[in-house]
Amino acid sequence: MSTFAAAVLFTGVLAYAVLGGADFGAGFWDLTAGGAGRGRRPRHLVDESLAPVWEANHVWLVFCLVMLWTGFPTAFAAITTTLYIPLGLAALGIVARGAGFAFRKVLVRTDQQRLAGAAFAISSVLAPFMLGTVVGGIASGRVPADGHGDPITSWVNPTSLLGGTLAVLTCAFVAAVFLTAEARRRDDVELEAWFQRRSQVVAGVTGAVALAGIAVLRADSPRLFDALLTRGLPLVLLSAASGLAALLLVRRLAPRLVQGLAVLAVAAIIAGWGTAQYPYLLVPHTTISEAAAPAATLWSLTIVAALALVIVVPSMVLLFVLAQRGSLESH
Amino acid sequence: MRGHTAAMGVLAEAVPLLAADSSQVLPARQMMAFTLGFHIILVPFGVAFTAIMLIANYRGIRHGDETALQLARRWSLVAGVLFAVGAVSGTVLSFELGLLWPGLMGRYGAAFGIPFAVEGLFFFVEAIFVAIYIYGWERMRPWPHFWSGVPIVISGVGGTSSVVAANAWMNMPGGITVEDGRVVDVRPLEIFFTDAFWYEAVHMLLAAYMVAGFVIAGVYAVGMLRGRRDRLHRLGLAIPFAVAAIATPIQVVVGDVAAREVHQNEPAKFAMIAALPETGTRVPEVLGGVLVDGEVRYGIEVPLMASILAGFDPDTEIQGLDAIPPDERPAARLVNTVHLAFQVMVAIGSALLGLALWGGFSWWRHRRLPENRLFLACTAVSGVAAVVALEAGWVVTEVGRQPWTVVGLLRTEDAAPTTGNLWPFFGATVVLYVAIAFGTFYVLRLLRERWRAAEAEGEADPGGEGDVPYGPSRARAGDRS
Repeated sequence: MSTFAAAVLFTGVLAYAVLGGADFGAGFWDLTAGGAGRGRRPRHLVDESLAPVWEANHVWLVFCLVMLWTGFPTAFAAITTTLYIPLGLAALGIVARGAGFAFRKVLVRTDQQRLAGAAFAISSVLAPFMLGTVVGGIASGRVPADGHGDPITSWVNPTSLLGGTLAVLTCAFVAAVFLTAEARRRDDVELEAWFQRRSQVVAGVTGAVALAGIAVLRADSPRLFDALLTRGLPLVLLSAASGLAALLLVRRLAPRLVQGLAVLAVAAIIAGWGTAQYPYLLVPHTTISEAAAPAATLWSLTIVAALALVIVVPSMVLLFVLAQRGSLESH
Repeated sequence: MRGHTAAMGVLAEAVPLLAADSSQVLPARQMMAFTLGFHIILVPFGVAFTAIMLIANYRGIRHGDETALQLARRWSLVAGVLFAVGAVSGTVLSFELGLLWPGLMGRYGAAFGIPFAVEGLFFFVEAIFVAIYIYGWERMRPWPHFWSGVPIVISGVGGTSSVVAANAWMNMPGGITVEDGRVVDVRPLEIFFTDAFWYEAVHMLLAAYMVAGFVIAGVYAVGMLRGRRDRLHRLGLAIPFAVAAIATPIQVVVGDVAAREVHQNEPAKFAMIAALPETGTRVPEVLGGVLVDGEVRYGIEVPLMASILAGFDPDTEIQGLDAIPPDERPAARLVNTVHLAFQVMVAIGSALLGLALWGGFSWWRHRRLPENRLFLACTAVSGVAAVVALEAGWVVTEVGRQPWTVVGLLRTEDAAPTTGNLWPFFGATVVLYVAIAFGTFYVLRLLRERWRAAEAEGEADPGGEGDVPYGPSRARAGDRS
């Protein structure tokens, strides 16, 4: 039962990493798009494609938090009393990002747009970085079972910094691939090439960082390293293969297929992390079943998850279909 | 901005004093109060404003009323901005439950979290359909577009009720079995539907409709006071005012029932509300007044009234503060806060009832709302007043629960973190929220100016919100950058 609840929680993490990640990554491209003149068109595309979907994608984060604190309350408290600095910064980043994005849509003067846009774009990089360091802290065993771990080294450490960097890079990668497809849908050849080029560059950089990361993990988190190379190996290879395929075939395949490959690459590496730390929730202190809430709570969460499957997933599909068909136009 | 500077000054003084203190109760409480107080203002706009918008939309399609359609479309833009800020400021509260109250979540998350899981579902539905509705004006057909807004209203009711269920559980915890300080079994339905749930949820939902209704009506009342007495302004005042005016009398009755339930279920909170030092019967109602050295001073006494209100009988006994065990007895300043906040809420509620009756009477006799300056001025301030009442109500229920976070089970000092220093986090949050509050006002003013400029130009509408309510707009394509 507790494993099932953990699987539901982890599904939420996957959904947020892919969907929320694409939104964060769009902020990364917004940030690096250059001056007001040069960056106008990519920013416009970011704006139009994000506007209808980012709030729905964002709810996955709330879903994960609620699943974690209800299903595994002691582990949640252990995480928040240890990693409160990166979590707090991520929370503030999320606020600045959402507000900045919503404001920029209405503002017209360039200097004001720039200010709101900067709030949106900088925090779009800050928030996933911080969440990545949190993952690194948990995966490398720096969150004690009773919490109150070291407030600094729990997230300023090699594994966490690797986690944060990879989070930012994978977000940027998924976003570039999604925005390439979005530009294609709008028949904007120039913009399609703009994002395509960037998706290739960032795919290469992500691969290089991931390779370097192997050495980092070996030195800093031998337990995670071993698990990734044994139980997690198929998923790690799958991620590497789909990432590489996306990089090499981006010009030949339909954008939709590349999108699928990119999603697979990200989902597989996150699933790899999950597999590597199973059966622990807080490596190596607390297992999933030790941290689990009473059975009745887990049953309640299961019912909520089932309802989500019946109500939320079709609604979300409707939203994406309408957005893809161009039925939702920003003002 | 002046309040902000003052707050920072207080903060600067407090930091060195408290940085060494391992207990983080004070910053945790202040930060929760600040962020919840901020977020709660936005809640009515996600929950109730969307319903008001749909009423205008319905009227627009059903009766071919172009003005109503234009209002609905403008309101959806405003709702879009407010929903975004509300969604992210609500997410901060989720983080804060862990960052500020690890003792609560670690011990009772298994119970307390269940209503939040239900709320998560509603939040999903709300976010999805808000997006479809707001961005669906151009390309969707009128009726499907209208129906895409209906799930927002339903999930607003469901989501609010779920969050309030969690709060009600903190006031009247039930449905759990605790062994050795650990929750070993939960009964989810008992957790969700506590005795406090019904009146708290209905009270909050009606409050949301009142706040949204009076604030929006107030905005158009200001416009009319400044001489803009066109149909757009009249209708923009009438629709939200009607919603608020229907909610207000119901709220007065629900509030009255809620007060009696609190008397039964939460005697300690009721003692704070009444600022009653000693248990007794034939208790007078004290209007205003503060508790100093165990005595209420400077208040106006209405003989027997508190007992009559609590039980329809002057001999109704009301528990005083003396009935609370000494180590659980709240400090006088907390009692005074709750006592005065309750009175502010009731006073504003009564004044708003008067305004609602005034408007309702005019509608009954003349089929239109009054348009004299006094009525418009009252309506103009009614929105701010309703927000103040909403905040005061939350002060009553939250401060009135102290020293408990979960009544009888968990004291607030045991819920707060024992390590770290929350003051810098709090400071950064205040700065960011002030900037966002400023940005929100600025952006909404900008929308208004744009609409005005469009009206002045007559036909052309640069935002594309007015001229062709359904179907692609003419002036959109080249305008955005």
